[in-house]
Amino acid sequence: MENNRYKLNKELAQMLKGGVIMDVTTPEQAKIAESAGACAVMALERIPADIRAAGGVSRMSDPKMIKGIMDAVSIPVMAKCRIGHFAEAQILQAIEIDYIDESEVLSPADDVYHINKRNFDVPFVCGAKDLGEALRRINEGASMIRTKGEPGTGDIVQAVRHMRMMNSEIRRIQSMNEDELYNAAKILQVPYDLVQYVHENGRIPVVNFAAGGVATPADAALMMQLGAEGVFVGSGIFKSGNPEKRASAIVKAVTNYNDAKLIAELSEDLGEAMVGINESEITLLMAERGK
Amino acid sequence: MVIAVLALQGDFAEHEKKLIECGAECFEIRQLKDLERDFDGLVLPGGESTVIGKLLRELDLLETLKAKINNGLPVLATCAGMILLAKSIDSGETPHLATMDIAVKRNAFGRQLGSFHTAAEMKNIGNVPMTFIRAPYITECHGAEILADIDGKIVAAQQGNQIALAFHPELDECNRIYEYFLRIC
Repeated sequence: MENNRYKLNKELAQMLKGGVIMDVTTPEQAKIAESAGACAVMALERIPADIRAAGGVSRMSDPKMIKGIMDAVSIPVMAKCRIGHFAEAQILQAIEIDYIDESEVLSPADDVYHINKRNFDVPFVCGAKDLGEALRRINEGASMIRTKGEPGTGDIVQAVRHMRMMNSEIRRIQSMNEDELYNAAKILQVPYDLVQYVHENGRIPVVNFAAGGVATPADAALMMQLGAEGVFVGSGIFKSGNPEKRASAIVKAVTNYNDAKLIAELSEDLGEAMVGINESEITLLMAERGK
Repeated sequence: MVIAVLALQGDFAEHEKKLIECGAECFEIRQLKDLERDFDGLVLPGGESTVIGKLLRELDLLETLKAKINNGLPVLATCAGMILLAKSIDSGETPHLATMDIAVKRNAFGRQLGSFHTAAEMKNIGNVPMTFIRAPYITECHGAEILADIDGKIVAAQQGNQIALAFHPELDECNRIYEYFLRIC
């Protein structure tokens, strides 16, 4: 039987559903994340809040640091490369990373083209603000999508906006007749078959997580109730007062996202949340990178 | 026929779809109060065993489910689910439900680049497609009967009413494994 890498890569994302993927910068943090219940970790040198504070060009992390994290935990390990930087992606594939995030958190390397992800055997996750972006990334070979949100802010507003936008566009496509689908494909700048899939199934053809601004169990529950199939938490955990407790609470909130009473208990005594930055207070909108 | 699907993390929705296709009714277990309902069988899905095992404990589900399985509740466990059933886990991870006399090796075929599709003969069922995603396999099988192996590596076993699979029938077209499971429920 033929080994269809793309199908296998979408299937790995299916195994991550209902879980929390946490940003970590050291093997020690990776172990804390794993024991707190992370279903995968994202290995990176600096978490988005620090990238934002430091400014300058932000690149793929040192492969040695990533390998250290791969050795430290048994769960899947993801790492970020710059948008369009296929050489960084080749390096991540060479060290056998489990998932590559072609991420707007890093400085884009190409302001026109994303990576042709179909050329790779390892899976890619990409950010999207709306359905068109999501389907364009899928067409390029992404096997998992996440909202972009606004990384490193602790402000959930953009992730909510992106998830709601995607949901409303999906509902609109579902209600169209066949004639209208051709035009929708034209407007979204995506192939017809992807639009047809959305029309028939009421969802995108890959797993869709929330990311960018999740800082509390309530934020995680909000995104799950809006239809996210799991959650990425970046700066929200290791920029907070009690990372282990907060991580563990967010994991449980994602499993029981409809149980407000339980989430109330989980939200008690978590210590200080990360200091947030409002959307209006920032000059750099990472979500505007790569469309 | 009512089947409970452990829905703490992983691909439980894919299992539910299969069970419904095969004519079973199913519901999700996310916390202790979900166990008040009667059911005829249990599915432990794929996902991350470290996450599901931790949540089983913290949500106080572990002992109740363990007792039910030891009392003969039929179980279909895939991938992470198989690790939950094993009495011994190679990585030194504390065993979870530990109701099945098997030893398992986690991520035994390697990282994601080692994931693969294949097909093989399964005892009592016939040739079935198999999807392995960062999959484990069984290294020792004491009280359990071997149902399938791939190049000598045990990937399916049954002990009484417990069926453990290293692969994911929930991701393939074939429903025969579910039909087999529902017959013992």
